[in-house]
Amino acid sequence: METQELKDICKTIRKDILTMIYEAGSGHPGGSLSAVELMTVLYFGGFLRHDPQNPKWEDRDIFILSKGHACPVVYAVLAERGFYPKEYLSTLRRFQSPLQGHPNMHKLPGLESSSGSLGQGLSISNGLAMAYKMDGKPNHVYCLLGDGELDEGSVWEAAMTAAQHMLDNLTAIVDYNRVQLDGPIDEIKELSPMKEKWLSFGWNAIEIDGHNIDQIKGAYEKAGTTKGKPSVIIAHTVKGKGVSFMENKADWHGKAPNDEEYMAAIKEIEEGEI
Amino acid sequence: MMVQMKPTRDGYGEGLLYLVENNPNVIVMDADVAKSTRTEWIKQKHPDRFIDMGISEQDMVATAAGLALGGKIPFVSTYGVFLAGRAWDQIRTSVCYMDLNVKFGGAHGGLSVGPDGATHQALEEFALMRVLPNMALVVPADAVETKKATIAAASIPGPVYIRFGREPVPVITNEDSPFEIGKANLINDGKDVTIIANGQMVYQSMLAAEELNKQGVSAKVINLHTLKPIDEEIIMKAAKETGCIVTAEEHQIYGGLGSTVAEVVVKNYPVPMEFVGVKDTFGESGQPEELMEAYGLTWKDIVDAAFKAMSRK
Repeated sequence: METQELKDICKTIRKDILTMIYEAGSGHPGGSLSAVELMTVLYFGGFLRHDPQNPKWEDRDIFILSKGHACPVVYAVLAERGFYPKEYLSTLRRFQSPLQGHPNMHKLPGLESSSGSLGQGLSISNGLAMAYKMDGKPNHVYCLLGDGELDEGSVWEAAMTAAQHMLDNLTAIVDYNRVQLDGPIDEIKELSPMKEKWLSFGWNAIEIDGHNIDQIKGAYEKAGTTKGKPSVIIAHTVKGKGVSFMENKADWHGKAPNDEEYMAAIKEIEEGEI
Repeated sequence: MMVQMKPTRDGYGEGLLYLVENNPNVIVMDADVAKSTRTEWIKQKHPDRFIDMGISEQDMVATAAGLALGGKIPFVSTYGVFLAGRAWDQIRTSVCYMDLNVKFGGAHGGLSVGPDGATHQALEEFALMRVLPNMALVVPADAVETKKATIAAASIPGPVYIRFGREPVPVITNEDSPFEIGKANLINDGKDVTIIANGQMVYQSMLAAEELNKQGVSAKVINLHTLKPIDEEIIMKAAKETGCIVTAEEHQIYGGLGSTVAEVVVKNYPVPMEFVGVKDTFGESGQPEELMEAYGLTWKDIVDAAFKAMSRK
């Protein structure tokens, strides 16, 4: 798909994210908006092999959302891809909705795992990648992690496991937006040097602007063809990207906009050029 | 009573060997204690079916979840304290919430681990595991039953936790003894008091029943090897027939076998109960036998509890 087309889809996804969180009255806009380009290119750019009509297709690639609170971006992308009707989005976080506050794989087609407790998705992805290797299958596993999530020690246990088992059928993506719930990452638990950390753990590390569609495409291509080791895409992003008053603000990690804020945000996205 | 002694962990190792040789999907995982858990036997004979995760219990459990999503049946093995305790959140969110086909081998359960002391004596797994939806929890009485439980775990869908121990304990069942997850076994029938036990406390209960018999008391003994799903029927029947119950477990009395039985009894047919178990305290270093005695986990304690329960009828 052409870059401009992908950009248009990103606009739709951003509006969907804001609308569903606004309607729900709660949710996590900041870390959902920062991952819009990463998720859109993965699902619409031809990288993740999948079939919305046959979500359990055996030859599909797998996407695991490790930072479960960013599920609005995944819900919006899956709806846009046609896994389920877009009307589902207005049920986010409501009683008996398939769109749980954090993902439940048994309630919604297209979800490959449940998540919400941080630091577990990379290990789950490793397990899947190992199973595919044991069976000699070519399926690729992608895993989206938050940067704040990297505070969890279990992520680094998993990083060592992936390198030890040379899981080149695995790509981790770090949404490096530099803000976590309580504030800026560098005031809480500094993560730099991020790239060197992953390199020293035996990974192929690719650093990009996580809002630049061409760079994202290039990174997925590189990650998909690297042999002998797992790849991580360190995507520099902006928390709350696309809505000026949400950008880089920890306050917007997990808060719904009010009427006025919602209208202003939608207007900005419609008129803005990201 | 002359009995053969064998560690229940040997039963786990034998069960895994059988499974690996008969079920192509079974994968054995360990966290750097393969010698202790007996998964080393798989490592040596079938290295392609064994994954040593290193000292990373949380990673091990969530990786097992991924393997299960990929169609495998992983058996996750390490000491009970580090499995049920340290990796509890991974067991909850990545395995039980998704209802995945992951099996847990919780080794070194109970006080009888001995000299390693309190940090290594798992006394909380029954409570930690049975509170989780979708989890089945099995505490076999001897090595033969542990082997059967291990093999049976692979044939039922969803998470199963098997708790076993380090020290040799009496072998009280044989190849022909019935074993079905979720169905308790009547070891000895009686009419005055019921003793319900699991793990090596089943043997202590049999000794207690012998002593009670000498003193003119007829004791029913039940091996409640599965704590979840619980066999309500056999417990209710026992409560009605004997009018009082003693439970015996190598575990904290809070939240374990005694609590489980009490929930069934109170709901259906309340009778006096006494609880033999560790009484809200940590263990310490010592020889297994002296620890079992010091913490009140012998047949003598069960006999005392039986008289106490009968006096309250």
